[in-house]
Amino acid sequence: MTGRPTPHPSPVTRPFWAACARHELTIQRCGGCSSAVFYPRPVCPVCGSSRLDWVAATGRGTLYSYTVARRATHRRLADRVPYVIAIVELDEGPRLTSTVIGTDPADLAIGVRLQVDFEDDETVSFPVFRVAS
Amino acid sequence: MSAVPPPSIVGVAERAPVRDTGDETDLTLSASIAVEALADAGLGLSDVDGLLTHPMDVASRLVPSTLGEYLGMRLGYADSVDLGGATAVGMLWRAAAAIRAGMCSVCLCLTAVPRTTAGTTHTGPTRRTADLSPWREFDVPYGNIGATEGYAMIAMRYEHEFGDTARARAEIAVAQRANAAHQPKAYFSGRPLDVDEVLASELIADPLRKLDCVLPTGGAAAVVVVRGDLALRAPRPAVPILGAGEAVTHKTITYAPSLTDTAIKDSADRAFAAAGVARSAIGLASLYDCYTSTVLLTLEDAGFCAKGEAAAFVGDHDLTWRGSFPLNTHGGQLSFGQSDVAGGMSHVTEAVLQLQDRGEGRQVRDLRYAFVHGNGGIMSEQASVVLGVVVS
Ligand SMILES: [Zn+2]
Repeated sequence: MTGRPTPHPSPVTRPFWAACARHELTIQRCGGCSSAVFYPRPVCPVCGSSRLDWVAATGRGTLYSYTVARRATHRRLADRVPYVIAIVELDEGPRLTSTVIGTDPADLAIGVRLQVDFEDDETVSFPVFRVAS
Repeated sequence: MSAVPPPSIVGVAERAPVRDTGDETDLTLSASIAVEALADAGLGLSDVDGLLTHPMDVASRLVPSTLGEYLGMRLGYADSVDLGGATAVGMLWRAAAAIRAGMCSVCLCLTAVPRTTAGTTHTGPTRRTADLSPWREFDVPYGNIGATEGYAMIAMRYEHEFGDTARARAEIAVAQRANAAHQPKAYFSGRPLDVDEVLASELIADPLRKLDCVLPTGGAAAVVVVRGDLALRAPRPAVPILGAGEAVTHKTITYAPSLTDTAIKDSADRAFAAAGVARSAIGLASLYDCYTSTVLLTLEDAGFCAKGEAAAFVGDHDLTWRGSFPLNTHGGQLSFGQSDVAGGMSHVTEAVLQLQDRGEGRQVRDLRYAFVHGNGGIMSEQASVVLGVVVS
């Protein structure tokens, strides 16, 4: 399998990718208002607090929406066409962009339950999702 | 003698969209469209004391001064608007507000985007820090990059909640193509389309097909906004900016508060409230149409029909210039061509031409008010205006 466009982590986001390398999905939890926060930020987008703690996510979520890309949207993804681009709503609340693997795109439907998995390339482990069994 | 109107549009110019603008640059396109729009208003470059432009490839920063110098302007107000497809509509209220604040009296709102078929199109300034954007880090790795896939995810969610819209989407594309037949500048003018052709076109990103999507072009368009007393002396009827709204909620669609209840509602509600004009008084809807599905959402969230009823609304109305709900009478960008931010301006220029009774073979009868909506990014930037006309 080919790679994906490589992210360039910053000091704020490095803990997220470090956890991914251990195959753990983490998000931030605000010490000020208890909001779950994704993507990583230095301040809570709900209340402005900088008391943000890294916590393990359950890795479970729901398919909020998706599309099937019939043309490559990036040269590094060209070998994967057709591929699923998904918006996953984590059980903790935040939504993130990912993909759903292991299921024929024709069998997908909004609302299906998903479980995180990880796809390793040479340098990065990317969170991806599978339909929960 | 007429009462002095609010700041008004008194001149427009638009270049026909093309796939390849050849040797033209941001500056050469800007220069010719500026002179043309000012001539339409009975003005010249030396009359301009306000300039609104947008990020251009010609300069990574300082575009307003670069352009002002190029055109020999002495400016009391100079700015760059960066709202994607909402840029053009966003310029209108900024021009009006600057005039009301006494910062200028003649404000040129200018969009110009060269394009070559080699694929280099306007992308705005590039910076090394771009790699640190959240989008680049968390969305690009999965291919959530282009507009089509983002709008496809919106349409997929919409259809999950409210039912299939494939036919209604096709009907929008067909009606707008019929309108384009009467606008010779439209890229697809003279090339009729039917519903079956749309439904059979290539699937690009489920559920959107090729003919649900705009065709990228290069082009330029400009309008001249002047103080109310000057507007009454203009050679053509003044088109006052009666009310405006703007709303921005996200950059990447993944982080939008909702995929089906959009910020168009906030933007449109503010515009209608400020104008004191009812939806029922609108004789022309000039709605940003990067995709057919965008029009469905805009019809609902701008308040022309209830949530979930846009497909039925489309089925119940004739959307052509002589129909019961004239929509995008220039063909919309779907048939006119999408010249990046200049495509957003095409919805403004068409509304002005129609209000000034210059719609030629597609003139909407007895038109008094038009609603223009601009939408940027992936439903991320919204701007609305209600325009009127001073009949002397
Ligand atoms: Zn908080």
